[in-house]
Amino acid sequence: MTIQSWSILGAVIAVCFGAIGPAFAEGRAIASAMEAIARQPEAGGTISRTLFVGLAMIEAIAIYCLVIALVLLFANPFVH
Amino acid sequence: MTSPLVEAPLFRVGPVPVDGSVVTSFGITAALGVGSFLLTRRLSLVPSGKQAALEALVSTIDDQVREVVEGDPTPFTPLIGTLFIYLVAANCIEVVPLLHSPTARLETTMALALIVFLSVYFYGIRANGFGGYMKHFIEPTPLLAPIHVLSEITRTFALMMRLLGNIMSHGLVLAIVVSLAGLFVPIPIMAFGLFVGLVQAYIFATLAAVYVAAAVESEQHAQGKALR
Repeated sequence: MTIQSWSILGAVIAVCFGAIGPAFAEGRAIASAMEAIARQPEAGGTISRTLFVGLAMIEAIAIYCLVIALVLLFANPFVH
Repeated sequence: MTSPLVEAPLFRVGPVPVDGSVVTSFGITAALGVGSFLLTRRLSLVPSGKQAALEALVSTIDDQVREVVEGDPTPFTPLIGTLFIYLVAANCIEVVPLLHSPTARLETTMALALIVFLSVYFYGIRANGFGGYMKHFIEPTPLLAPIHVLSEITRTFALMMRLLGNIMSHGLVLAIVVSLAGLFVPIPIMAFGLFVGLVQAYIFATLAAVYVAAAVESEQHAQGKALR
């Protein structure tokens, strides 16, 4: 296999497996936040703001994987 | 397939190449600036319809910032509000035919993240003094200084990449759907893109407010806050 094929494979693996963890984490975070809002609707504003910021942090992990995939595909240092 | 990370320049001003996203970005800035100037030119104590709408927007942003900084939002609202309104316009301009979001380009998001990075230092040094602000790098022990420096860099990088990744990958998904299936299938996805643009603008502005607030507030206050 050439280095191009390996790069495409690497990008696919990075995005596929890199998305699994954040997906589970975001699901858990949203489930807990909904439970908390259902228990205490008056704290909904604070909870949802914290939820959004936390989701952004979790999402950053998936975005890093996307960045690695994009670097492999379009800015690969080993392909001239 | 062309790389989404580079863009061919439209024209050159002297040695500086200018591409489409720069033109769009300047256009949005000019439109927002002229619009704000025209809307705030004749303010009155008894607001007209336009002024009431504007006041509702500004006071909503004010309230959001107040909840984050837990204090007077007046010094922060200009920065956070400008970022939010610019990002809403820049993320949603994709629905105008022939225009592309400037935030789908690395350079724009890098510039915005650098603005946030420098404003954190500006507000932190203004509130605590130079030494007072720099002291937070060696707290609780000087051993943690590399971690602090690393966190400063990575959170700015994450701010840049989050916005870029969301907006650009949405454009890529849209292109794939258009190439697979016809005329009307992409419309719900475009509508979802508007929602994503709004949420990302909100997240970017909120994170900027959280970072600035963390730089301003005192140490014992900062330790109670998990979001650094």
